[in-house]
Amino acid sequence: MRIPDRRGYFGDFGGKFVPETLMAALGELDIAFKKACAKRAFKEELDGYLKDYAGRPTPLYFAKRLTKSANGAGIYLKREDLLHTGAHKINNTLGQILLAISMGKSRIIAETGAGQHGVATATVAALFGLECEIFMGEEDIKRQAVNVFKMKLLKAKVTPVSSGSKTLKDAMNEAIRNWVTNVRTTYYCIGSVAGPHPYPLMVRYFQSVIGKEARAQSLKIFNRLPDHIVACVGGGSNAMGIFYPFLNDNVKFAGVEAAGFGLGTGKHAATLCKGSVGVLHGSKSYILQDDDGQIEIAHSISAGLDYPGVGPEHSYLKESGRARYVAVTDGQALEGFKMLTELEGIIPALESSHAIYYASRLAKRLPKNKKIIVCLSGRGDKDIDIVRGVL
Amino acid sequence: MNRVDKKFGELKRNKKRAFISYVTAGDPSLAVTKEIVLALERSGVDIVELGIPFSDPLADGPTIQAASPRALHKNVTLKKIFTLVGDLRKTTDIPIVFMTYYNPVLRYGIERFVSSCKYNGVDGVIVPDLPYEETKDLMRCAKKAKISTVFLAAPTSTRRRIKDIVKNSTGFIYYVSLTGVTGARRKLPSEIASNVRTIKSMTRKPVAVGFGISSAGQARDMARIADGVIVGSAIVKIIADNQKNNRALISKVSKFSKTLARSIHNA
Repeated sequence: MRIPDRRGYFGDFGGKFVPETLMAALGELDIAFKKACAKRAFKEELDGYLKDYAGRPTPLYFAKRLTKSANGAGIYLKREDLLHTGAHKINNTLGQILLAISMGKSRIIAETGAGQHGVATATVAALFGLECEIFMGEEDIKRQAVNVFKMKLLKAKVTPVSSGSKTLKDAMNEAIRNWVTNVRTTYYCIGSVAGPHPYPLMVRYFQSVIGKEARAQSLKIFNRLPDHIVACVGGGSNAMGIFYPFLNDNVKFAGVEAAGFGLGTGKHAATLCKGSVGVLHGSKSYILQDDDGQIEIAHSISAGLDYPGVGPEHSYLKESGRARYVAVTDGQALEGFKMLTELEGIIPALESSHAIYYASRLAKRLPKNKKIIVCLSGRGDKDIDIVRGVL
Repeated sequence: MNRVDKKFGELKRNKKRAFISYVTAGDPSLAVTKEIVLALERSGVDIVELGIPFSDPLADGPTIQAASPRALHKNVTLKKIFTLVGDLRKTTDIPIVFMTYYNPVLRYGIERFVSSCKYNGVDGVIVPDLPYEETKDLMRCAKKAKISTVFLAAPTSTRRRIKDIVKNSTGFIYYVSLTGVTGARRKLPSEIASNVRTIKSMTRKPVAVGFGISSAGQARDMARIADGVIVGSAIVKIIADNQKNNRALISKVSKFSKTLARSIHNA
């Protein structure tokens, strides 16, 4: 069976739950994406930009002192933090915007939480001289002022969203509203493996460069595949990107969600650990909701994980048991942040700090001959003010 | 035959178009919603669309968006709205159609939702984020219970999609006048007339036009090309502006609806 199937379903999850106005556009996108994937010239152009503009391949780095402090399995970092704009997000925006150009679209819109996807979108829009508008919750604009300024420097219009929780979920609502309005001219560049089909498939495709490289690098560096892969999960694009090429291998996956103040407090973003099945932003997946089906407000110290939904393929991997999903609190993530900074001289994004913390705990429990790869999805420059405020 | 079909049949015999009006249930309160529905009926409204408040109304513009949190603050739930309709059915037979996003229905349970519609006298359902491809379960249950499932057609719908939409839609077909979200617009696209004609050439089911229609003039123009005219934001705006004074709210909503009803019924 092909996953996703023709209707965009990963088992029971996925699909297209959008207003009719967008259905034709999603159909066109599906066709354009398949066409582009089949074209050698498209792949070569994308690979060229990934290499010379974004800085791929990223290293697989053995974190010696972090490994030593855990005194267990070896920890390797897939260094997506070294990419241009500071996170894995650019893998996807380069792919999608090249696709948008091939479709003749002149205007790009995107939602953003932490601002990483917004910056990556604005960057690639600037690179190709396209009009760009980024939707960002007012709360996140306050939390991530530096990224807002960067987007403006890149000549993107940053539109504050003041509805609902004023965070990523509401930014996505507003981006969809804008897309419905301008669907004929505008390309909507979704930043995660979420949204209606074909987005989860498409973003997985563009992000799987992470896992493909990591797979080849493991074989080269330690002559075999890793035993575990650990990645943080908000919408889940870096996790899907690194998991996917190992899907049929004997490698265990752990997705690390944000437990915020704690899973028992109701203030968290652990959609897969604590949520239930519903429909949000165009697909059926696990979501955080109340008994009446109203979407609940997520909480995490990291704006990039602060989302009450998750990509449908993660729901599928959870249900099928292929991946395990765990959660790490704000406090533990800060511990992970400090650990990596002090032991390795690498300042990680707060999102990735969740994965770092969990990986170091996992390493402790495992024998020394086991290998763990952590997707270090982004660097921490953007979070310096937040960390300064709490440490 | 349910109340929606009956109403369209009756209007057709009298060579009149339907005036369909939308309000969000529970804004400003369920008690006032009840009065509003009765006032709409007295003012000449033919079908009432009751909006189920939702935390993330992504097909709605600012006016209808703002009605959801007002209702949710009052702890309005789907269950309470069903009770409201059950209560209304003691005094009125006006067709009532729910306009709801999919997640509250899914959470409530599709079969349970349809049986609650049937039990309380809800005649149909419109789900703006549920294209026909995803509605098998809902359609199967609704068909058995004779609850209309109204699908939307958009200016961007391909001919092939319109074919499927008119085939699957029951009660009427909701033609979305523009590419965009709900909300009053000064000018409506000129392509509406030809698009409605195309849809009507493919089906004998009634076609109603909604989104953007806010003035008597626009309502009259739409009534000349379609079988029904849907007005939402313009009424919700009056409700928003008169939250504190129920009597003024009812009288202003009535006055506005009467004007629209006249333009639509005499078009």
